[in-house]
Amino acid sequence: MTPADRLYTKTHEWLKIEGETALIGITDHAQEALGDITFVERPPVGRKVEKGKAFGSIESVKAASDLFAPVSGEVVQTNAELEKTPGLINEDPYGRGWIIRVKGIEADELASLLDAAAYEEGLTEES
Amino acid sequence: MSYVPVTPEQRARMLAACGVRSIADLFRDIPSDSAPRSFDIPRARSEMETSAFFRELASRNYSHLTNFLGGGFYDHFIPAAVDAIVSRSEFYTSYTPYQPELSQGTLQAIYEYQTQIARLTGMQAANASVYDGGTALYEACQMALHATGRNRVVMDGGVNPIYRKMLVSYTANLSIEFAEIPVSHGRTDRQRLFDALNAGTAAVILQNPNFFGVIDNHADVVEHCHSRGILVIQSVYPIAMALLKPPGEIGVDIATGEGQSLGIPLAFGGPYLGFMATTRELIRRLPGRIVGRTVDRHGREAFVLTLQAREQHIRREKATSNICTNEALCALRAHVYLSLMGKEGLKEVARLCRAKTAYAMERFRAIRGVRVMESSPVFNEFVVHLPMDAGDAAGMLVERGVAPGLPLGRFYPGMENYLMIAVTEKRTKFEIGMLAESVESVICQ
Amino acid sequence: MSVIFEKSVSGRRGVRLPASDVPDPPPIPAECRRGSDAELCELSEADVVRHFTWLSRRNYGVDTGFYPLGSCTMKYNPKVLEEIARLEGFASLHPFLPQLRHGGMLVQGALQVLYELEQLLCEITGMKAFTLQPLAGAHGELTGMMLVAAYHRDRGRRKTEVIIPDEAHGTNPASAAIAGFRTVSVPTEPATGMLDIAVLEKRMNDGTAAIMLTNPNTLGIFNTRIRDVVEIAHRHGALVYYDGANLNAVLGKFRPGDAGIDVMHVNLHKTFGTPHGGGGPGAGPVGVSEDLAPYLPISRVVKRSDNTYALNYDCPKSIGYIAPFYANFLVCLKAYAYIMLLGREGLIEASETAVLNANYLMNALREDYELPFDRVCMHEFVLSARKQAEHGVKALDIAKALIDEGFHPPTVYFPLIVRESLMIEPTETESMETLDAFVAAMKKIARKAAEDPKSILDAPLSTPVSRPDEVRAAREMDVVYP
Repeated sequence: MTPADRLYTKTHEWLKIEGETALIGITDHAQEALGDITFVERPPVGRKVEKGKAFGSIESVKAASDLFAPVSGEVVQTNAELEKTPGLINEDPYGRGWIIRVKGIEADELASLLDAAAYEEGLTEES
Repeated sequence: MSYVPVTPEQRARMLAACGVRSIADLFRDIPSDSAPRSFDIPRARSEMETSAFFRELASRNYSHLTNFLGGGFYDHFIPAAVDAIVSRSEFYTSYTPYQPELSQGTLQAIYEYQTQIARLTGMQAANASVYDGGTALYEACQMALHATGRNRVVMDGGVNPIYRKMLVSYTANLSIEFAEIPVSHGRTDRQRLFDALNAGTAAVILQNPNFFGVIDNHADVVEHCHSRGILVIQSVYPIAMALLKPPGEIGVDIATGEGQSLGIPLAFGGPYLGFMATTRELIRRLPGRIVGRTVDRHGREAFVLTLQAREQHIRREKATSNICTNEALCALRAHVYLSLMGKEGLKEVARLCRAKTAYAMERFRAIRGVRVMESSPVFNEFVVHLPMDAGDAAGMLVERGVAPGLPLGRFYPGMENYLMIAVTEKRTKFEIGMLAESVESVICQ
Repeated sequence: MSVIFEKSVSGRRGVRLPASDVPDPPPIPAECRRGSDAELCELSEADVVRHFTWLSRRNYGVDTGFYPLGSCTMKYNPKVLEEIARLEGFASLHPFLPQLRHGGMLVQGALQVLYELEQLLCEITGMKAFTLQPLAGAHGELTGMMLVAAYHRDRGRRKTEVIIPDEAHGTNPASAAIAGFRTVSVPTEPATGMLDIAVLEKRMNDGTAAIMLTNPNTLGIFNTRIRDVVEIAHRHGALVYYDGANLNAVLGKFRPGDAGIDVMHVNLHKTFGTPHGGGGPGAGPVGVSEDLAPYLPISRVVKRSDNTYALNYDCPKSIGYIAPFYANFLVCLKAYAYIMLLGREGLIEASETAVLNANYLMNALREDYELPFDRVCMHEFVLSARKQAEHGVKALDIAKALIDEGFHPPTVYFPLIVRESLMIEPTETESMETLDAFVAAMKKIARKAAEDPKSILDAPLSTPVSRPDEVRAAREMDVVYP
C-alpha cells in the first residue's frame, strides 16, 4: 500500500512535507527492484539539490541507481543510520529508511509530483 | 593444425539435426555482397613447424645482453616456482570469476593479492589489477577528479615520462588541465609545486623512487595538499617498498605502481601489472574488480567479486571505469613471487639492489670524464653525464654485449649526454666492473 | 581452507638469494626509511607450492571442462602457445632496447611478430591498419572512441553523442562515456533480434560522432542490414565502430572492413585462442580505415625496403600513448602463433564449427527452454528461463544446477533485453559428445524444475562453497585480510 501522506516521482522517490522541511526516500517498489541494498551515497549537509537532478546514489549487489530530487532545496540532515544499516531502506522504506531532509522548498514545484493513486497507476502501466 | 574434434560423419548428423543441408545454410544471413573481398591467410602449419619458426624468430632478438636498463621496468630474478604454479591450467584457462562456486581458487588468490599490495603500500584496500602502472595512474586521476569535483591535476616531473604522456593522451577529449613541475636536482621542487596549486586542483601526482631513481619523503607535500583539499597520488616501485617509507605511512590517498618487478618477465613491454591501493574513504571509487570475503549459505568461508555495482556490466555509461579483462594472471604471478620471497626475502632483494647500485656508482666515479649525478640519494638507478652522446655510447656498448642503460635524451630534451643505469640483484660484481670498463674504453675513443 | 597469511610462521624463509658480492651501501636516510616492515607472509617454498596447488583445485578452467560463456569464446588454448611465450628470446627482452641507438636491430624478431600480426589482422578483418597497443577489449573500445574524437576534432566538427544498441556489452557505453561522449540507446526489434533501423535514423543527427555495433550481436544474430546502418551513419558524418568480440562467428565469411566499418577491435583472448588467465591478460588490437590511420597511437611498426623492421615515431596526428609500450606482447605473440597454426583453412573451419555447434545445441534445447528468437543463430544463442521461472526456478538457479552436473554455466542475465537469459556459446573446440552431455544435463534440469523445483534451489551441492552471501560481502567490505 502506497502511503497517502506524501508525494511521488516517476523515478520512485517519495517526498513527505513536515512543516518547514521535507523528508525524501525511495518507494517500496524501488527497494524491491533493487534487492538487498548495500550502500547509499548521501550528499553532505548544506548541499543544494535541484529538482530532477541526481543528489546521490543507491547500490545493491546487482544494481546501482541514481537518486533524483523531487524538489529543489538545501540538505539539512541525512540519515546517518544508513551508513551501518543500509538495509533499513528494504525493511522500512517509508519510515526509518528515509534518506535526506531538505528545506527551502518551492510550493510550485510540488504540482508536477504524483499522489499515491497516480503513482500506483503508473506502476501498473509499467508492468 | 586443427583443434576441432568434430568428424565428417558427426558433422553430417549435426547438420541433419539442425534441419539444414550444408554449413552454408547456417550462414545465409550474411548477404552475398558482404562476402570477403579476399582472405589471403597462409595455409595451416603443424605444431612442429610453428615451434621451429618461433624459435628462430626468438633467436634474432638480443636478449642475451647484460641488462642495465630500467626506467620503471627491471630485470629481476624470477624463482622457478612462479612459472610452475602459474602454469597450472586451472588458473590460466579459467575466466573472470563470475561463478564463485567454480572459482574459489582465483578469488581467494586475488583476495590474498589485494592484501599483499595493501600491506606493501601501507594502504587499506586494493583492487584486483589494472593493465599497467600508467593506466593505474590515469584511473587514480579519474578517482580524484570525481571525488573532488575539480578538473586540474599537477604532475611532478619525476613521474615516469611515458606515464605522463599517457595521462595527457587519455584525457585529450575531456576538459582536464595538466601542469608539470620539473624536478630540482633530481627531487620534487616543493616551492614550484605548491605555487602551481589552485582552487581547481583535484590531485598532485608524485613518484617514489622517481624516474631518476631518487628517493624522497613526500610527507610535507601530502600535508600541504590536504590542507587545501587536494588529493595525493603516489606511484611507487614495489621492490623499494620493502625498505622505503610506503605511501600509507605518509597519508597518500591513492597508491599506484607497476608490478612487473614482482615475478613478471620483461617480455618486450607486456603483459604487465598495474596495482592500485587506497584509503577506506575512497574504496568505492576504485575501478576494476575487487574480491571480498564472506560466508556461503552454510556458513563456510567464501570469496566473491564485490562492489560490482560500480562496474561497467551494471553501471554501463556511469561506471567508474570501463575495465573488464584486467591482468589477473600477472597479479597471480606477483602474489606467488611475494609469497616465495616473503617478508625477509623481499628486503634482501631491495638491499642487494641498493648495494650493487652503490658499487656501480663508485666504479663510475672513478672514470675520468664521467660525472655521477648524486645531489640526491637513489635506490637502484642512477644517472651519469658522459662526455659524448649517451645514445651513441650505448650503441657501441651493445657491441660489447651489454645494454648499459637508458639514454635520457629521448624523454628529456637537452639531456642527450645523460645515461640512466639500473642495477638489480641479478647483476654481479664482475658484470658491473665490465660495464664500467667498457664505458671507460668507449668514451676514450 | 586458510588464507595464506594464516600459514605464515615468523622466521620461516622461502627463496634465498646469493650473498652480496659488493660492499654494503650507505644507509637509507632515516626520513625515507620504512617505519615498520611490510607484513608479507613467511613460508617455505613447499608451503607456497602446496597452497597454490590446493587453490588451483578449487578452480574450473577450459582444461577442466565445457565452458559455454556467451560472448567470451572459451575455446581450447593450444599448449604450444605457452611454450613459445616462454622462449627466452621473447620473455627476457627489455622494452627499452629499441630506445638505444640502432636499437630496432636488437629486436628484429619481436618487431616482426608485431608487424606480421598487424598484417594478418588486416587481412582477416578487411581493415587497412592495426594498432596492437590496446591491452584488453575494453581498452580497444576506449582507444577506438579516442580515435573517433581525434578524427572529428581534426575536422573542426563538434560531435558529442555515440549511439549504442541496447543489447551491447556494458563496456561499450562505459568506454564511450570515458572518452567524453554522451550515449544514446537504440532498441533491438523484438521480432527480429536486430537493431531497429527506423529508430536509428531518428536518433542519428549532426551531433552523432559514432555508432557502436556488435555483429553478430550479443543475441547471436547477424544484422543483415549492416550496410544500411553504415550508410545511415556515414550520411550523417558519423563513424561506425565495430565491437569484434563475436568475430569467431564470421572468420572467412565476413570482414567488417568490407562493409565500410571505420574502426573496430578484436579480442585476442577470445577469437585467437590465447588463454583468459582468470581475468587477463588479454589484448584488444584496434583496426582502422585509411582515414583514421593517421591518428593511431605512437609508435607504428614499419617494414623497410631492406626487409628489416623499425619503429616509427613520426606520427604528428597520433592520439599519443595509450599503453607504456608496443602491445601486451606475449599475448600478441600467442595470437600470431595461433593464426599460423590454424591457417586459412583452420580459421574458416573454426567459424563454421562454432556456428554449427551453437545451432546444434539450440535445436536440441528449444523444446525445454524458451527461445526468444526462433531463427538460425551464429556462434551463440540466447535462451530464456521464463518457463522454469514460473515454477520458481530462475536462470541463476539453472546455472547453479549445471555446476552439480559438472559444467560451467553459460552467461546469465546478459543481454539485458531478454528476461532470465542464458547466453550459450559452445565454440568449435567442443566435441559432439560434450554437447550431447550438456543437452542431457539441461533437459534433466528442466524436468526437475517442473517436477521438483526445490531440489534446484539448493544447488550447487557438490562444490566446496555454495551461494556465497554477496550482500554481506558488499556491506562488510572485507577486502584485505586484517
